This record gives sequence, C-alpha cells and structure tokens, in this order.
Amino acid sequence: MRTRGFPPPDTDPAGAGALLSVDGLVKQFPGVRALDGVTLSVRPGEVHCLLGQNGAGKSTLIKVLSGAHTPDAGMIRWRGRPVAFPTPLAALRAGLATIYQELDLVDGLTVAENVFLGHERSRFGFSLRTKGNAEAAALLRRLGHPDIAPGRPLGTLPAAGRQIVSMARALSYDARLIVMDEPSAVLDAGEVDTLFRVVRQLTADGVAVVYISHRLDEIRQIGDRVTVLKDGRTVAAGLPARTTTTAELVRLMTGRTVEYAFGERAGPARRRELLRVNGLGRAGEFADVSFTVHSGEIVGLAGLVGSGRTEIVETVYGARRPTTGTVTVDGRRLRPGSVRAAVRAGLGLCPEERKSQGLFGEDPVYRNVSVASLARYATAGFVAPARELAAAARALTDLDVRPGDPRRPVRTLSGGNQQKVVLARWLVRGCRLLVLDEPTRGVDVGARTELYRLIRRLAADGVGVLLVSSEIPEVLGLADRVLVVADGRVVHEAPAADLTEADVLDLVLAERDTSGWQRANQGHSAVVPHDRSEEPT
Amino acid sequence: MSDEVAVPPVDEHARVERSGGAGSTWGGRLAAVRGLGLVGVLVVLGVVGVVTTHGRFLTGGNLVNILTSSSIVGVVTVGMTFVIIGGGIDLSVGALVALASVWATTLATQSLATSYGAWVMVFCAIAVGVGSGLFNGILIAYGRLVPFIVTLGMMVAARGLAQSISDRKTQLVTVQPINAIASGELFGIPLMVYLFAAVVAVGWIVLNRTTFGRRTFAVGGNAEAARLAGIDVRLHTALLYVVSGLCCGIAAIMIMALTTTGSSTHGDLYELDAIAAVIIGGTLLTGGRGTLVGSILGVLVFTTITNLFVLNNLPTEVQNIAKGLIIFAAVLLQRRGRASSA
Ligand SMILES: Nc1ncnc2c1ncn2[C@@H]1O[C@H](COP(=O)(O)OP(=O)(O)OP(=O)(O)O)[C@@H](O)[C@H]1O
Ligand SMILES: [Mg+2]
Repeated sequence: MRTRGFPPPDTDPAGAGALLSVDGLVKQFPGVRALDGVTLSVRPGEVHCLLGQNGAGKSTLIKVLSGAHTPDAGMIRWRGRPVAFPTPLAALRAGLATIYQELDLVDGLTVAENVFLGHERSRFGFSLRTKGNAEAAALLRRLGHPDIAPGRPLGTLPAAGRQIVSMARALSYDARLIVMDEPSAVLDAGEVDTLFRVVRQLTADGVAVVYISHRLDEIRQIGDRVTVLKDGRTVAAGLPARTTTTAELVRLMTGRTVEYAFGERAGPARRRELLRVNGLGRAGEFADVSFTVHSGEIVGLAGLVGSGRTEIVETVYGARRPTTGTVTVDGRRLRPGSVRAAVRAGLGLCPEERKSQGLFGEDPVYRNVSVASLARYATAGFVAPARELAAAARALTDLDVRPGDPRRPVRTLSGGNQQKVVLARWLVRGCRLLVLDEPTRGVDVGARTELYRLIRRLAADGVGVLLVSSEIPEVLGLADRVLVVADGRVVHEAPAADLTEADVLDLVLAERDTSGWQRANQGHSAVVPHDRSEEPT
Repeated sequence: MSDEVAVPPVDEHARVERSGGAGSTWGGRLAAVRGLGLVGVLVVLGVVGVVTTHGRFLTGGNLVNILTSSSIVGVVTVGMTFVIIGGGIDLSVGALVALASVWATTLATQSLATSYGAWVMVFCAIAVGVGSGLFNGILIAYGRLVPFIVTLGMMVAARGLAQSISDRKTQLVTVQPINAIASGELFGIPLMVYLFAAVVAVGWIVLNRTTFGRRTFAVGGNAEAARLAGIDVRLHTALLYVVSGLCCGIAAIMIMALTTTGSSTHGDLYELDAIAAVIIGGTLLTGGRGTLVGSILGVLVFTTITNLFVLNNLPTEVQNIAKGLIIFAAVLLQRRGRASSA
C-alpha cells in the first residue's frame, strides 16, 4: 500500500495528529439513546480497540462513522477536517472502510463480484471480469486465502470464508482506516492468526484499524489503545491495550466486577440417556458419528470452523437429512430430516448464523421468542397475546436482554442481545435437549458469564445440552464430556476434566484437512487461553 | 440508507415510534403509519370528489356504489395479502375467479342446483377455487417451484380451461337464490358489502389472532428460521395458496350474483389490482410484514379513483395513468420507511 501525505497537524490540540476524531457524538433511536456523547480519537497506523457490553453502542458508532446512520449531534473530523459522510460509499471513497457485524454480501454473486460490489472493474460500462477476478485473487492471497476462487458463488462459502471476502472488499478500497466489527466471531484460532497478520501488515503501511471484539485476549495481542463505551458514552479513551488489566477493563465496561466462571458442574446423579446418535453420516460432510447425551449432561463438540460440527448438530436436529445412521431420543427413533419431529421430541436449536437462521428481523422480539411454542398460548388456534407477551417478557428478564421491551423489532437489538432472544425461544418452550451452536458468539463478558450459569442451571434441571463452540476454553470449561471433531469425524472423546486446551488443539490440527477452502498453515500461537489467563487483581 | 439524509433523523424515528406504539396493540405495528396515510389519501380523494362532482360524490348511493364495486376484488385481495405476507405471489387469482364462475354455471351444475338448492353452485365455485389453490400450493411448496412461474402457468391454464368449458360463451345464472345475493339489501346496504366485510373480518382475525397468521408472518419473514423453529414451512406455504383459492371461489360467487353470469372473461386483471392494492397497503413484496387493513384501504383508494373518473366523465386511459402513479408513490414511500428504520 502506498504511503500518502497526511493532513497538516490539527489545530485542535485534543485530536492532534489524529486520523479520525469524534467528539460529543449523539444518536437517538426510538426509545434508546444509542450514542450519548462519544469521544474517540484514532491515530494513523494504530489498532484502536473499541470495547463495551452488548448494546453499548459500538456498532452504532461505526455505522455513524461510515455514513450508514446520520448523527443527531456531535463532530466528526476526518484527517483534520469536519465531515459528515452522507453515504457509506462517500466514506469508502474518502478512505474509511467498514466491515459490518452482520455481513452484507450478496449470495448470488461470485466472490470477485462481491469484493468489487459498488466499484466494479469496468470500462465504458462493461465489466472487466478477468481484471476483477485477478485483483480479487490478489487481495485474497494477501489475506492468506489463495484457495478461495474469485469465480466461486459466494453462497457456497462457509461463514469464515464470507468474513474473508468482506475483508477483501474493505481492502479493495485502499482505505486509510478500516473498521472491523467483531470480525473474529466467526473465525477459528488459525484464521484469527491470519487476520492479525493482515492487520499488522496494514498498520505497518500506516493504515489505522478500529477493532471491535468481546474477546479481551485478542485486544491484548493486536491492540495499541483501547476506548471503552458504556451506555452510549465513552468512559475511558486511549488506554494502553497491553498494560490495562482485565479487571480494570471489565469494571469500566460493566461498572462492576465480574468474575469469569463457568459455575459448578452438576453431580452425575439421576442421569438417563436422552439422546443416542448412531453411525450418523452425510455424504461429503461427516461420517460415522456416534455419541450419547444424558439428561443433565453437557456434551461439547470442539473443532475448527468447517470441521463438520455444525453439520453434525444440524443433522441431529433434523435440519439436514442424514445419509446413514440414526438419531434416537428417549429410545424412540426420530424421523430423519424432520425438524418438527425433533422439536416434538423436545429438541431445540440455537443456530450458528443468528440473522439468517434464527431471527425474524421484522417481527417484534416477543414473536421471535414465542414462535416455537405458539400452540401453548393458543386455544383452538387463537393466540392469547397477553399470555404470550408475559411469557416472553419473563424469559427476556431472565436473560437480561436489553432493552427489555418485548415489542421492539428484533432487528433493532444489538448483536449479543439478539443471540439471547434466540435462546429465550427455547427457554419458553422448555425443551429437554438444547443444541447450542456458538451460543456466546458476539456476547459480552458479563453476559457470557450469565449465559454459562444459565446453561449450567438448565443442565442441573435435567436438560441435556449439545454445545458447539470455537472457543476451546469454553467447551472445556462448560462441558462434562467433549467430542473432538476434525475433518468430519469424531477423533476423540473424553471427559472435559481429562483434556487440556493443548490436547484438543493437537488433535484438531493433526487432522486438519489441507483440501477445500481452508488452509493448514497456522500454528497455535494465536490461541491464548481465554481471559481467565489473567487473574483479576 | 443513503437517500435519507434530507430527513431530520430524530423526527423520522419519533414518528415511527409513535405509530409503532399505537399500532402494536392492533397488530398493525409500523405499517399502521401507512394505513393512516392511506386514510389521508381517501380523505383527499373525497374532497376532490366533493369539489368536482357537484354533490354527486358524497351521496349514500355513490358511497355504497364504491363499497359494492370494491367488494369482489376486495375479497380476492384478502387472499393475496396472506400469500404475499407469506413470501409468495399468486398471479392466477383472476383466472381462478373466471374458472370457478364458469364451472359453477354449467348446465349440469345449474340443473343439480335447481333440484338440490343453490348450495351446489356455491360449493362448486369454492371447490374449484380451493382445488386450484391446492394445486398451486403443492407445486410451489413440495415441488419447490417458483411461485411466480407456477401461478403464471395456472393463470394461463385456468383461463383456457374456463374458455373451453364455456365454449367462450357467457352462461346465464338461472338459479334465483344466487342472484339474490346481489339484489338483497339490509339497512340499505347490499348483501355483497356484508359478505365483503365478513371475509375481511375473518381474514383479519386469522392473520392477527391465530397461530396460522403468526406462522404466515414467520414463514414470509425468514423461511429458514421458521423451519428451524419447528414450523412445517412447506405445509404452511401450500395452505396459503389454498386460502387464496378459497377467496377466489367466494369472489366467483359474488361476481356470478352481480352479473348473473358465469364467463371466462370474469376477473380480468384482478391479479394486478389485488397485488397493487396489497403493495400500496404497505405489505412488503418480499414477505414477512404487512397488514390486511392496509390492503383493503388500497382497494378502496383504487375504486374511489375509478369512481371519481366515472363521475367526471374522464377517459379510462387517464385513470390508469393515475393508478400507476399511485403505485409508484406507494412503493417509494415503502422504501423510505424501510430505509429509515434499517
Ligand atoms: N436501528 C435501530 N433502531 C432502534 N434501536 C437501535 C437500532 N440499532 C441499534 N439500536 C439500539 O442501540 C443500542 C446500541 O446498539 P449497538 O448495536 O450499537 O450495540 P453494540 O455495542 O454493537 O452491541 P453488541 O456487542 O451486542 O454488538 C442498543 O440498545 C440497540 O438496541
Ligand atoms: Mg455490535
């Protein structure tokens, strides 16, 4: 990347030398003041981390910066000059690129077309496909993914692949500042490593990065300075990322001290076999998977993104039809490939991709919660809205969803809170076997602890839990028994207490498939144990 | 998002909120704003009517006239609203009205009706509507075909079948009780209007108060999420087309009563009128959001325009231009509403 001249030093002493400085930014949504006086100052070439609980206003802030939302008050200075980008495209052209939390890619287009969406490589209005493909391939190579073919339809890529494509898109604009909203949420350890390498390359070229993540260990690795948001306000700006203690950060974010704990494991008492999976397989995805889940037991599936964990649990749930094998609940065989049969038998799923698989964005929160148990609030097909609302409201309070108003459209909730809404759906239904695919994705530190407690509490009440998570410490900390999945097979099964993080990583990486879209290159350096590594002082 | 800068954001959101608060009690939510907007349009049209027609507009007779002429396409629109909220489209409605009216007025059916009662014809029209709807639904839901194509095929085929059954001749209705539906009145209002109101009321209750209605929103809003939540998306989709077919059957009975004929030319372009009414009523063409009240207001707006043009002796070409402009305006408004809340 070229080095360009920087603007003359700012006259404003506070934002001196800043690439981007924001002061007193306010954004009001109906009933919620999402931003209430935010201050932020980003220097060229730094990685500036943005921390805050779910709903603190991080995504809103970056949407305002990128021109997707119009601020109600406040000042944005870009390279020393006050600006108000009217559209995201204007921001992109000025050199401010954003990777949104909810990816905005077009499934029907190819990878290259997505990368250059809005600034297609063309001459006289005719698109230059070869040129576009070649440039997209170069960008993907830079991101460590030469294996993603530029001509491949985007819809065929898994979540992590899409994340890479949307990063390539940001890079394609030759940006001075790239904002990344929870980019690591869908990536596995190795890919986070690649991401960090790219980020370091960018910053070495003088590009600044604003990095949002709920994983504090990542902030330590990649961040230079930290700004903490709470309830739409900046509570701390420009803290040193490496030396500020976890306890301090958590206190700033939550206003209290949160101990990071998984809670007590329930005793092995009164366990019955709930789920038995026998020789389950799906051509091209996974094969010969057998395991059981007992009531009150948490079984974790550890493995890399793309190893087949999601495919396995979705097949158990009936969302995919198995080619071999059986799923038995309470000794009764489930009809293969039928979600309804699974739900009737007491299964519930929180799917991996919350937006496309879990939520009815236009509908209010309470309808998203009640959708799986509507019949319960209905007499002869007529829904009693009061009962429905009350049940939903109770579950939302239980999970501390904010804002708690069950009538607002679910799409206006922050990412982590949306995740809780999907969980609430199965809580109100009261299922007997909960399938959780990446349940803490995008969930903040405080809420995470609450979720862990909740999952434990459900297990203690006799619910069986099948848990998929890319965060190995989470699987080890939460599950009673762990299945390690690699390349579509269960390669190891053991009680969680007998496994360490290094064991799991070794198992996973030993089997890592070199074919397909994923590469077998990264070491494990990126995987620092979760922020348990630092004891609160 | 981008075309929103001119609008002061605070006001924009405040407006959305207010309507959302008031609307949610009635299940109307955000679209209630547009409902109110359409009421405004109706009022404006009314004022125009009063000013331009020398008192011929605001008479009881004329208002009843508007309601009566809204009633048939209105019933079809109720079914269309279900289908569109559920994420589909039904182009075959006009042809189904024609087919049902023809089938119910063949010599064979009418002679059965004379010996067993008019119910035979009613049953026949409804059975044709429901049957064809089921056929649409099965192809779309279980055959995984695109609704646009399936119902386009049905539109052509049903109209053709109606022509071949009737031999392109208009069939007179000789069974009196059917004709009485159109001529009957209660408190000076034709039975047709009551029938229309009843269909709307039942439709509203089903859409907003039953599990079926809820699932319609869910299936249209996000079919994959609905499936993973345990809803039988395919069965539900098929049923939506059955609902639409049922409404076509009812509309066929009404048109037979009003014109005292069954004909393969009945219901011409109903699909366009109904879809247009649904859209200007604020229902998203992509599904998942919409209101029945909005659709009905849409129908009333269109009929009122027609009425005004007739009263003023203006040519139908101008009338069609006006209708087209209203559709553009409504869709622009819809984009706006979505953009501001995105
Ligand atoms: N379009 C919208 N309409 C109304 N309220 C909104 C809208 N978008 C966001 N909000 C509200 O603004 C607040 C801030 O949300 P935001 O998405 O910025 O949080 P966040 O810090 O990114 O959280 P997370 O970590 O969960 O992603 C939340 O209370 C959210 O409900
Ligand atoms: Mg966010």
